[in-house]
Amino acid sequence: MDGVSSLLDGFATAITPINLLYAFIGVLLGTAIGVLPGIGPAMTIALLLPITVSLEPTQAFIMFAGIYYGGMYGGSTTSILLNTPGESASVVTAIEGNLMAKRGRGAAALATAAIGSFVAGTIGTLALALLAPVIVKLAVQMGAPDYFAVMVLAFIAVTTVLGSSMVRGLASLGVGLLIGTIGIDPTSGQQRLTFGIPELADGIDVVVLAVGLFAVGEALWVAAHLRRAPVEVIGVSNVRMTRDDWRRSWKPWLRGTAIGFPFGAVPAGGAEIPTFLSYAVEKKLTKHPEDFGNGAIEGVAGPEATNNASAAGGLVPLLTLGIPTTATAAVMLGAFQTYGIQPGPRLLDTQATLVWGLIASLFIGNVILLALNLPLATVWARLLRIPRPYLYAGILFFASIGAYAANNSTFDLWLLLVIGLLGFLMRRYGLPVVPAIIGIILGPAAEKQLRRALQISNGELGGLYNTWFSRAVYAVIVILLVAPPLIRWIRSRRDAGGTPIAQHHANVEGQ
Amino acid sequence: MPIVVGYVPTPEGRAAFDRAIEEARLRGLRLVVVNASRGDALVDPRYATSDDWASVRDRLAESGIEHETAQQVAAVDPADQLLRVAHEANAELIVIGLRPRSPVGKFILGSSAQTVLLQAECPVLAVKAAPL
Repeated sequence: MDGVSSLLDGFATAITPINLLYAFIGVLLGTAIGVLPGIGPAMTIALLLPITVSLEPTQAFIMFAGIYYGGMYGGSTTSILLNTPGESASVVTAIEGNLMAKRGRGAAALATAAIGSFVAGTIGTLALALLAPVIVKLAVQMGAPDYFAVMVLAFIAVTTVLGSSMVRGLASLGVGLLIGTIGIDPTSGQQRLTFGIPELADGIDVVVLAVGLFAVGEALWVAAHLRRAPVEVIGVSNVRMTRDDWRRSWKPWLRGTAIGFPFGAVPAGGAEIPTFLSYAVEKKLTKHPEDFGNGAIEGVAGPEATNNASAAGGLVPLLTLGIPTTATAAVMLGAFQTYGIQPGPRLLDTQATLVWGLIASLFIGNVILLALNLPLATVWARLLRIPRPYLYAGILFFASIGAYAANNSTFDLWLLLVIGLLGFLMRRYGLPVVPAIIGIILGPAAEKQLRRALQISNGELGGLYNTWFSRAVYAVIVILLVAPPLIRWIRSRRDAGGTPIAQHHANVEGQ
Repeated sequence: MPIVVGYVPTPEGRAAFDRAIEEARLRGLRLVVVNASRGDALVDPRYATSDDWASVRDRLAESGIEHETAQQVAAVDPADQLLRVAHEANAELIVIGLRPRSPVGKFILGSSAQTVLLQAECPVLAVKAAPL
């Protein structure tokens, strides 16, 4: 079966009323949480994990993917109207987008963001549909050492790329890997880090972990910083673009797509880097350099297209290799595991209806998102008036229900509190949460591949890099580790001034 | 013994502000303008924007009356914040704006005006927005 005919089958799955409904709920919810800063798709999907018990996998994943895409759309609204990025992927949009809004061009900024997201999302999803079968063909030939190498790449990329410091990223990854080892060792049957507590023998449920780190951690963090003066929202009338806006936007959309998709597809830590890259490219290529710094439409169109394309790209490794590159993908992987579905190269064969239905529903979701966001952007901005105590009380309520429902045990509620406290402390001390969640969810899988590779080679360490593929991946890892400090060293010798963009790398939740 | 006015960037709030300036001039009293928010939502349309607040100050400077402005964020309702300012300043009169509310809306959300009217220690002047 090639991609196109499978995709048509997928449309048959996605177009059923019930699946359409879940796609609609997903994108609606996704846009809402995208608009609200601090609440991201990863947290939302984590909160919704318990419903997987009563939902068919196809429907659940259609909804989750809708949330993932919707979050990317919604984030831009907050960035443009408030200068507060709703999502980490929209940080760059805030730079030019808010300036445009301040000059009374907010409507055009919102429009170019929504249409650009649509264009990039559609092209990205098409690329996903075409690329996935090809990668699967390669992936079935991958052995345990290759898998382990790719997973190490994912770990390293996520830790070095996100956040301000590599040491903090590695510390956070270490926390995640440590938590991931709690429970019975699958190979030897020995209990690890359970401290004799029988409830820990099964490991910590992924719902408790994800909800604790994201939802409870964030709620405590917000509670600790509750009062601040309200931000000014910039009013916008009807969302429309002039002929000139179209002319200046379409190239950045396409360039953004081209930048975002590959970055999403390789394990490189999500949409942050490519959106910065897209901004830099547009700034260099623009015919209106005088506009940059006081509201250039290219600076909105490019990055917004990029973050949606990278969301599509991020689904490639998730669906073909079972390797998440973002926090949201990691939580979705957790959802696959709760269904007992093993994500990996065989997923496309064993769960063809699910995967192709999911991909087809992404096309549909994109259309719904365009229809929801273009005329309603200012309506969405009204969500920001919700007092945070109500919002976070609701989140904590759902978090507790979810954690309790996972195993019907009060022990999990205590665990939820402890992990939530950990999430709070990580935010307090500037440790990014994303490496931790990827470590927790991918860690056990990586361990399995590591031990399998070592068993095959009889404990020889050489068994970890005896294929050309794994060697190539390790080479990339070395470059990733060595290049940034090297570049920094060269830059400091050249004594370039600090870039203003760097400070925007604030403590925003990963997408 | 100043006059305290609760300012909100709405037609009612502006009407109250205009009337308060008038009263202050008439009575020869100091005017205290308060704009408050609980600060628990990211966006509060009843919290004056910096431009709006600047125009309030300009208006006061123009009017030539003795005045004071306070824009504050605290953990209590704006109505309670206004009452506290009035109490501390030992206000002679509080001026507030009134807007029409449906019974259901008032039941669910409560009414800042009602809180001020019932709990104030001095007379309260309630002003409606000028008809359009």
